[in-house]
Amino acid sequence: MDLTEIIVILVATLRAGTPLVLAALGELVTEKSGVLNLGVEGMMLVGAVAAIITTLGTGSYALGALAGTLAGVAMALVFALLTLSLRANQVAAGLALTIFGLGVSAFLGLGFRDRPLAGLKPLAVSGLSDIPIVGPLLFGHDIFVYLSLAIFAAVSWFLARSRGGLVLRAVGEAPEAAHALGHNVLAVRYAATAFGGAMAGLAGAYLTLVYTPMWADQMTAGRGWIALALVVFATWKPGRVLLGAYLFGGVTIAQLHLQAQGVAVSSHILATLPYVATILVLVLIARDATRIKLNAPAALGKPFDPGR
Amino acid sequence: MKSLRLVSALAVLALAATPFAAAPLAAQEPLKIGFVYVSPIGSAGWTYQHELGRQYLEKTFAGKVKTTYVESVPEGADAERVIRRLAQEGNKLIFTTSFGYMDPTVKVARAFPKTIFMHATGYKTAKNSGTYIIKFEEGRYLAGLVAGKMSKTGTAGYVAAFPIPEVIRGINAFTIGMREVNPKAKVKVVWVSSWYDPGKEREAAEALIAQGADVIMQHTDSTAPVQAAEAKGVYAIGYHSDMSKFGPKAHLVASTHNWTGYYQSVVEKVMKNQWKSEAFVGGIKEGMVVMAGWGPMVPDEVKKLVADKEALIKAGKFAPFQGPVKTQDGKEVVAAGKVMPDKDILEMNYYVEGVEGQLPKK
Repeated sequence: MDLTEIIVILVATLRAGTPLVLAALGELVTEKSGVLNLGVEGMMLVGAVAAIITTLGTGSYALGALAGTLAGVAMALVFALLTLSLRANQVAAGLALTIFGLGVSAFLGLGFRDRPLAGLKPLAVSGLSDIPIVGPLLFGHDIFVYLSLAIFAAVSWFLARSRGGLVLRAVGEAPEAAHALGHNVLAVRYAATAFGGAMAGLAGAYLTLVYTPMWADQMTAGRGWIALALVVFATWKPGRVLLGAYLFGGVTIAQLHLQAQGVAVSSHILATLPYVATILVLVLIARDATRIKLNAPAALGKPFDPGR
Repeated sequence: MKSLRLVSALAVLALAATPFAAAPLAAQEPLKIGFVYVSPIGSAGWTYQHELGRQYLEKTFAGKVKTTYVESVPEGADAERVIRRLAQEGNKLIFTTSFGYMDPTVKVARAFPKTIFMHATGYKTAKNSGTYIIKFEEGRYLAGLVAGKMSKTGTAGYVAAFPIPEVIRGINAFTIGMREVNPKAKVKVVWVSSWYDPGKEREAAEALIAQGADVIMQHTDSTAPVQAAEAKGVYAIGYHSDMSKFGPKAHLVASTHNWTGYYQSVVEKVMKNQWKSEAFVGGIKEGMVVMAGWGPMVPDEVKKLVADKEALIKAGKFAPFQGPVKTQDGKEVVAAGKVMPDKDILEMNYYVEGVEGQLPKK
């Protein structure tokens, strides 16, 4: 494996990891507020279809990304209405949201299935992208990759360093206490859920606008579920979410390249590698059970009734 | 109060049950046909081609048939539940369209002896269940000829789903075709362990392109490999459906499947009570394999080469697995002048000469 190939793999890794980073960071913020939304896959799909319909109609990728994000928010608000205001079971509502998203996206996408899109190309910063090694690694990605890293930085800062982040975590840990302090628990949870939807929608938009620029039913192919699992295995830490997402993407890509080079390992083993490697690494760096408990939002999945 | 509610519930149940119990079997009653699909229908691909067949039945036998389908049915235990339900709902003819439905189909067929089951690509038959398959390899072979003529690097990349005989057979036929016009040609294979994952299919195609492949062939269900080829400026060959829309500059041709005629013949036989269990195999001769969606970059000379071979296959004078066929490590499996028996083709579990890498063991 020579250097150019390693660079190809690294660039592809960032690309494959980006939808996972976006969706998992969104879910992380949602869960930190004490809300467990299992509907990530459904929100991604609706975001994906909304994005490509908008871009095909307007020709604008920015509007497409915006539409995908808003569609994700809309889905999340349906979930929030059911679980936060009406206090439905979050697990059941989340699963229902995924099934609903599968159906709605397939229905909306009916007329768009054989409409290919050119796809948003990677940035080409004149001069910089052509520098050997550094160029493609630093300046050779599409805008979503940089955006996801910026969102990662913002989420990390917000949760750890800002007052708003403190309130969010308080709501997820001890909603009664936060309520007693005068914070509006439901408003915070609505906002966190909406943010999760926005990120899932954006992740979906990435799939249809950049990654595989077309619409096909269920094209997320389980990425929403992987994002959900990443949040847990990353023990609700943004840095580990990022690591896990790139690890998962990286091993997936690397095993495909190994196969193309004719490495004689069972493809079944290679196919399970991304899951095994990601789980193993994340479990190993976070094997201290008490610290996992500290990170897990204590009120995760529990409804809160402010009037009680 | 409680007993009253119970009585009314029973009454409702009884009412609901009557139509089934009392409905006379009218002669005019449409034949109910069920289809089980492994992936979403989409706009191209394996399932889409079966769906075209179903729509054709609805049109041709308007009023005489009533078709239903269930899409995205996972292979395995879930499939059995879906097939059983279709049978319970009164479908008299059920097409199960993926290899992994084989055992569930046979199992449900035993429980519903009066229902006819047809399983695509499998090899287990019973009195009321048959199999049908297209000689995909004929299309693969012709695509190989095109790839061999158009490739500059002499290397083709093959995005494949699972190492089962059906897929391996296609890889081998493609390789034989490619090496017939370019004896030095190589075929590299990447297994994505999924019939349908656009993201992974794209990445697999790019990995192959990074290894010098300049024609991308696929045995998966999405159009992502064609798109990847288009983006990287190399050629691609579509499978199942004409995929030229997704890669106008890349798409050389597609080896497509046409199930309509076969579905029509099965339905006709069932309606006339003439159906018998069979293991049907059809190909170019039966009009089930069609090369479609030729790209403008393919010269007439190549199209003629393909047309000539098609004519030979139709006339029964040529078969892709015609001797001499050698495995990857030089063992001769078919001697010169002989044709591989169908059974061996169906069970193929080795690579032929020219495929790079080792076949993953199951």
